[in-house]
Amino acid sequence: MTATGVGPELIRLSDVEAGYDHEVVLHDVNLHVHEDQFTGIVGPSGSGKTTLLRLLLGIVKPMAGAVQKQPGLRIAYVPQLETVNWDFPITVFECVLMSGSRGRHFTVPWASNAEKANAHAVLERLGINTLADRQIRNLSGGQQQRMFLARALYRKPQLLLLDEPTSGVDVSTRHDVLHLLADLHEDGVAIVLTTHDLNGMAAHLPHLICVNHRVIADGTPAEVIRPAVLEQTFGARMEVLEHLGMRVVVDERPEHAMKWTQ
Amino acid sequence: MDAILEPLRYTFFLEGLLVAGLSGALLGFIGVFIVLRGMSYIGHGLSHSIFGGFAAVQLFASQFYLLGAGLWGIASALAINTVSRRSRLGADAAIGVITTASFALGVALFARFGSSGPSFENALFGSILGISTEQIIGLTVVSLFAVAFVFFRYRALVFSTFDPEVADVSGVRVNRIEAQLMVVLSLSILATLTVIGVTLVAAMLVIPAVVARMLTDSFGRMLAWSTVVGTFSGLVGMYVSYYADVPSGTMIVLVGALIFVIVFAFAGRSRRRRSAGLDSHVEPVPASASVR
Repeated sequence: MTATGVGPELIRLSDVEAGYDHEVVLHDVNLHVHEDQFTGIVGPSGSGKTTLLRLLLGIVKPMAGAVQKQPGLRIAYVPQLETVNWDFPITVFECVLMSGSRGRHFTVPWASNAEKANAHAVLERLGINTLADRQIRNLSGGQQQRMFLARALYRKPQLLLLDEPTSGVDVSTRHDVLHLLADLHEDGVAIVLTTHDLNGMAAHLPHLICVNHRVIADGTPAEVIRPAVLEQTFGARMEVLEHLGMRVVVDERPEHAMKWTQ
Repeated sequence: MDAILEPLRYTFFLEGLLVAGLSGALLGFIGVFIVLRGMSYIGHGLSHSIFGGFAAVQLFASQFYLLGAGLWGIASALAINTVSRRSRLGADAAIGVITTASFALGVALFARFGSSGPSFENALFGSILGISTEQIIGLTVVSLFAVAFVFFRYRALVFSTFDPEVADVSGVRVNRIEAQLMVVLSLSILATLTVIGVTLVAAMLVIPAVVARMLTDSFGRMLAWSTVVGTFSGLVGMYVSYYADVPSGTMIVLVGALIFVIVFAFAGRSRRRRSAGLDSHVEPVPASASVR
């Protein structure tokens, strides 16, 4: 399996097996991440999509096979909002600045003027510079997601990885996030994200990878969002409809439900 | 006024006051990182663990009991860190096994062989008597070391405390920072042990930080407030200890607890909520992370 992409290769996974405590979660993964990529990893809970993201991040090491990264590759990561301690005593501005930490170097606690200007520029770009001094708890879901995107962009990444960026947010925020990511991709940032939201997120992305302990399929939504692939990925039968040129996935009605409506 | 000035005529009290104030400041300062990382139980466990080393080492080389206890504490801290990260045993269980066993060993050794250093009771509850110049120097050096560590590692410490996984991906050596923090914590507990006492050190790691969290929403100001509350508790606790003729550690902790009650009573619901969220820290993904 090779993900689509024509730009220079950033990461290559070759015959990778990965998991935890000797339990293999992902088998036989062959994947190239390119500079121009904008990909969604979809699959059911426990299918290994987050493990695949962690392989790309380098948090999970392969049990077999190889993960090769472009030397000096700058990766930024946006975690799930649900995993964050929102009561932590920091402001939006401090949160963005912290990603300038470098573990191998001793640094003074305060930010330089250049660092401050850079952080404000990133916040401005994401439309939340006016919230710079606000404690992170006092943000809406969309603002929280923008803050983490700002923290990621502060590192000037070549590759941005996001774990379920639209999980637990409302429809309006989901649209915002999607447009924001599309803009970043336009600016040359490669993006890989996980999502379980087939209609709200995955169908809008240019490239998808379906995962269920191995890569089931990859390609454009038109190539991947098909009943046979979805059944193999999610273990459930689904119908795929066409609406304004978009693929829309609906659960296949079980027989007893059909009887009730007759 | 006389009540404040009268004890200052005694050198032992002046030394005790200095050590208590410095101890409160040091524990309040380091406690911010311990509390925000959800490591309060580690502080509690480590102080008990150090007691074991303290009792064991003095049997063989009484003049080096502080050094031995320090090494014992650091070894315990690193063992807890390693066991909880690399095995299926949770951090709480690792702390429970390693530190309580060490404490039990200390109690057994004290009971069987006695002590050539501080008495059993003083080691447990703290004392202002018999503070040596070496202890004052030791506490000063550890305090300066802790401040230097936090100063030069501030950003990496804050990042790895708030979001260890993203910090790791962003190039912060989270494991190394955690190990270094454990070493600083062990040294801080060791240096304050004689005045605060083994069983009460953990309270002084937690109380000032929790009070400070209710007072501010800024990490930097929380660090400052926690240090101030710790210092104040140490100084006032020493005076109360002197007049009430009870172990210094107990009074220092009780003054801290009183400050907590006052701030809690006057804090609004949102300020109280800040301290309620202190234990919802983010754990780094262990080797046995669940599959998603």
